[in-house]
Amino acid sequence: MNKKGFFGNWGGAYIPEILFQTFQELNTEFERCKNDPDFWQQYIDLMSTYSCRPTPLTHASNLSRYFGGAQIYIKREDLNHTGAHKANNVMGQGLMVQRMGKKRVIAETGAGQHGMATATMAAKFGFDCTIYMGEEDVRRQRPNVFWMEKMGAQVIPVTDGSRTLKDAINAAFRDWVTNVDNTHYVFGTVCGPHPFPEMVGWFQSIIGMEAHKQILKQHGRMPARIYACVGGGSNAMGVFKRFLNEPEVELIGVEAGGHGLQTGAHAARLCSQDASAGVAQGYKTMFLQDDDGQMKDTHSVAAGLDYVGVSPILADLWEQGRVRFEAATDKEVMSALDLTMKKEGIIPALESAHAFVQAFKEAPLLSGDEAIIINMSGRGDKDIFTIAHAFDDPSWKEFIIERAREYSHYS
Amino acid sequence: MQLEQQLRERLKQKEILLMTHIVLGYPSFEANREVIAQMVAAGVDCIEMQIPFSEPMADGPVILKANQQAITAGTRVSNCLAFGAEMAATHDIPFLYMTYYNIIFKYGEQAFMEEARQAGIKGLIVPDLPPEEGADYLRLAKENEIAPILIYAPTSTDKRMSELAGHGAGFIYCVARRGVTGTKSEFGEEFNTYLARCRAATTLPLAVGFGIQDREDVTALKGKADMAVIGSRTIKLVEEHGPAAVGPFISSLR
Ligand SMILES: Cc1ncc(COP(=O)(O)O)c(C=O)c1O
Repeated sequence: MNKKGFFGNWGGAYIPEILFQTFQELNTEFERCKNDPDFWQQYIDLMSTYSCRPTPLTHASNLSRYFGGAQIYIKREDLNHTGAHKANNVMGQGLMVQRMGKKRVIAETGAGQHGMATATMAAKFGFDCTIYMGEEDVRRQRPNVFWMEKMGAQVIPVTDGSRTLKDAINAAFRDWVTNVDNTHYVFGTVCGPHPFPEMVGWFQSIIGMEAHKQILKQHGRMPARIYACVGGGSNAMGVFKRFLNEPEVELIGVEAGGHGLQTGAHAARLCSQDASAGVAQGYKTMFLQDDDGQMKDTHSVAAGLDYVGVSPILADLWEQGRVRFEAATDKEVMSALDLTMKKEGIIPALESAHAFVQAFKEAPLLSGDEAIIINMSGRGDKDIFTIAHAFDDPSWKEFIIERAREYSHYS
Repeated sequence: MQLEQQLRERLKQKEILLMTHIVLGYPSFEANREVIAQMVAAGVDCIEMQIPFSEPMADGPVILKANQQAITAGTRVSNCLAFGAEMAATHDIPFLYMTYYNIIFKYGEQAFMEEARQAGIKGLIVPDLPPEEGADYLRLAKENEIAPILIYAPTSTDKRMSELAGHGAGFIYCVARRGVTGTKSEFGEEFNTYLARCRAATTLPLAVGFGIQDREDVTALKGKADMAVIGSRTIKLVEEHGPAAVGPFISSLR
């Protein structure tokens, strides 16, 4: 970082004046936490007792044999409590909220995993909780909505704009400026105004710290490549951070290719030609926007990757050439998912499956004594409706029809 | 004449000034033209014209929807700048642009400021650009004799207010309460203390906005603020009763 909150040309804190004071307090608290070893220890203790950190690094021996190239290792964020890496950030911010004495938390959510994690944290710490979720995503991720509500959170469907993640972020900001005195906005990814990118990245860096130790122990040396899907970029930054200064490790971020980069229906900010520099949602990055600066509609089968912006930290690493960016299409994602379930008995989230796609393309090109790590950011159970629909699964359809018939008797 | 002086001239004749807000291209430029003519005829002292943005973070439901519909209807930034120039040439009151920073950033700050100056625009309100991030913007605005209008909020400390006063020009936009545009504000004791803090922090005129709806609200501000800002209220009025309802409404305010 050079200028405050900037990573190269990207980042900053483009916030309305109402939030200025609250950001001052947040920055002060974050600095205090960073410089307090007890805080990090408290965080580690919480994550190893309330969640299952360290999460395992699984050697995918069947997939490795199948592709006949590099040894494939999977970092299992699906085994984190609530089923995704999102809990790392959320529990960390929860501890900060306790220190700041606020009583209410709000969050945006795309896939629902961040909302789930926030609702869980709020239940555990005794905070009031409101989750903003695009109407389109409420439809796509119904199981997560159900659990959030069961844990006592209020889920508000957002009907503005494209009804996805960016609109949920706007709605959360509108809530925050109204209730700033007692409310903390638990930002879900390494985007938004400073200090969120740095702060979320700090909590998520636990993924890479563990993976570093684990790969050395299990494989005996550094991995050749690490793959992570990139929505806002938090699971990617989480697994990459520890390896940034290890030049022999290539880092690959995989964006949502949607229906294909040439169709325009995608969410690839850094590996397509469609994005340009802009300032929105409190920070400067590469946005999918038109010549006037109006944000475009994005598309991905994975709600958590369906976003117009990308982490300012990743935009900087992209500009420096430290991280390579690729895209996986919806179709490729479905076949990678199918293969992973069949070969390893592991169900990646649709978001995570993007990283698998690129790893599968490259694994055969590497030799058998090299290792690659795929960051499996979350589990796919939440996507059961979307996945069953995409597979056009006949027995699932039958079940839904029957259940609907049962329910229609009540009404 | 620069914006602050223009407002001070007007303050010699009036107890409180009125500023209104319109969203360009909503419901249409044709309607904007008619609404502005009505506002000017009814004695409005200053008009902020919002260039629509797809992510208007600080705006409430009424203005948010207006932004989205204006963009959906095909409103381009170039249309807005041409319209702004036409209004400034037609009516003898100061016109401002209000927009979010990305619109100016994408257009090019220098090009935007030069065009705004040539069009006769007197000031700019950009709610998501704090001075910390806006060094070039502030410099270019002043070079082009356009007032960069800064915002105070009830959460701003005294120290912060003085700091902001040093960067701003024209007037200070005092946000009446926490929240977004549109919801009604209360002008009680807490508000008076806040406004007194604003007054102590700057010599610039004070405008008060967010949720001002009627004559009672405007009257409550007399003697405390220099200008009352009417935003969502007139947009709703046009939606419900058409542009012709605007003139009588404005005349009823003071
Ligand atoms: C399982 C999973 N992976 C990845 C993402 C994308 O976010 P990020 O890029 O911040 O990791 C999400 C977001 O909702 C998610 O739920």
